[in-house]
Amino acid sequence: MSDTVPMIEVHDLTKRYPGRTAVDGLSFTVGRGEVVGFLGPNGAGKSTTMRILSTFMPATSGTARVAGFDVFHQPDEVRRRLGYMPENNPLHLDMRVKEYLKFRARLKGLGWTRSRERVETVLRQCGLQDVHRRIIGQLSKGYRQRVGLADALVHEPDLIVLDEPTIGLDPHQIRSVRALIKQLAERHTVLLSTHILSEVEMTCSRVLILNQGRILAADRVEDLEKRFSLDGQVVAEIAAPAAELREAFRDMPELERLDLSPAGGDYQRLALTPRNGFDLRPAVFEQVRLRGWELRELTRSRHSLEDIFIHLTRGQAHER
Amino acid sequence: MSVFLALVRRELGGFFKSLTGYVVIAAVLLLNGFALMDIVEKFNTRALESPVTEVYYGTAYFWIVLLLTAPVITMRTFAAEKSSGTYEALMTTPVGDWQVVLAKFAGSWAFFMFTWLPLLAIFFTLREVTGEPALCDPRVMASTFLGLGLVGALYMSLGCLASALTRSQIIAAMLSFLLGIGLWVISLRPAGGPDPGQDWLEPVLNHISLVRHMEDFTRGLVDGRHVVFYVSVTALLLLVTQRVVQSRRWQ
Repeated sequence: MSDTVPMIEVHDLTKRYPGRTAVDGLSFTVGRGEVVGFLGPNGAGKSTTMRILSTFMPATSGTARVAGFDVFHQPDEVRRRLGYMPENNPLHLDMRVKEYLKFRARLKGLGWTRSRERVETVLRQCGLQDVHRRIIGQLSKGYRQRVGLADALVHEPDLIVLDEPTIGLDPHQIRSVRALIKQLAERHTVLLSTHILSEVEMTCSRVLILNQGRILAADRVEDLEKRFSLDGQVVAEIAAPAAELREAFRDMPELERLDLSPAGGDYQRLALTPRNGFDLRPAVFEQVRLRGWELRELTRSRHSLEDIFIHLTRGQAHER
Repeated sequence: MSVFLALVRRELGGFFKSLTGYVVIAAVLLLNGFALMDIVEKFNTRALESPVTEVYYGTAYFWIVLLLTAPVITMRTFAAEKSSGTYEALMTTPVGDWQVVLAKFAGSWAFFMFTWLPLLAIFFTLREVTGEPALCDPRVMASTFLGLGLVGALYMSLGCLASALTRSQIIAAMLSFLLGIGLWVISLRPAGGPDPGQDWLEPVLNHISLVRHMEDFTRGLVDGRHVVFYVSVTALLLLVTQRVVQSRRWQ
């Protein structure tokens, strides 16, 4: 397969369950080497899409291709190229780590010597050497997650699909799993799902925001922030009468909106929303200097994916 | 083939790593121990005419053991993997549906046969104690275990089918127990005296009577028709199981 074929090509994918549409006309493309995050609340259709991509279940309509192979008509070709960690990371808890990985490597069609080599490699890669003789059921959740990742990697897939890889882990374990994913991203295409926004910001180059089975936005994280121009609200706390403050900022052309609220004592808390992401801080400071007010805070908030997400899903929440 | 063997090994390993496996082994040992007591009783009161395998079969423990253990052995095959989620991991590897079905069947069957091995010890102990070599003719022994293997294969495939239909092990066990006991009850129908106009029923019931087939096997009688019957019914049940597994792709 040539390198020009996208890693994932999904066109008009729909999955209906009796009485519910889980995925509704989804279309997207993931190029080779990308790390893409699937972001959405629970029940947005992330897992369903991943299950279809992993060939576990068929779509109601539409097509999905992995490395140019159709997931429905050429499932074995897809399975050889895809490492999948299902939701909740199911493992055979009665097996030992190395034994399990060897078993999985054999199932994925690796020969005897090859599977041995690969198991050693992934044990090292995922930091499992110390526990390779332990029974999986007796490992901590963080280690189990690593076993799941090692399993997804063992047959050297081009694409790795991880369904909520950090769910249920403590902050320490989350950090180590994230570091591992970042490390994988150097050599593989990765598609991961999460409902934790910071995770996408930290690990992914591109994000697909899903809600109720549809894509609400698909872009690079920075571009999304720019596009929704949510960046740049300035917060200031100034000791001055409210009327004077309003008067001072009334004629500022770059100012979209001004909200005032008392902040204790003489202070007022100002929230200034700019037009087109304009930086209002110098203008605010200029006014403070001119009028001799007291200033105790001046910050420009960098809006995060979280705001974009809330912004995008708000409309739909109202409809419900 | 090596993938198939890896799957069978995993299936078998699962029995020996779970409590269920040992409970089944213990149950078979216990029940066959009771059977031994019955056999000794019979030997004490009557002259030894028929082979020990037939005497054993006459104690009815054979059917109790089979009907009770078959559902427990097979209930985990598909249902446990479905409820724990490992089924999803299994079915997204490049392994064919047939390989999975046959491996689960073969693993269950191998474990089933393993649980019966102590019966051999019982027979040989009896031979040693009674000093009667004719009691344990190797050929009769072989035909008994052939019959056991064939009936076992039928019940294992039935259990695999039940397990493939659900994600609950309890439901799988109940379903295969009901189907298994139903099959057995049909073959209990007394011979002779069919209703007029239902002449066709008698030969049909005779043909599918597991109880009578097994009786022949324990006497050392290997009837080709019986063998064909068990092999074909097992194959049919496995085919249906494969279809059920495959149906996931058409939902």
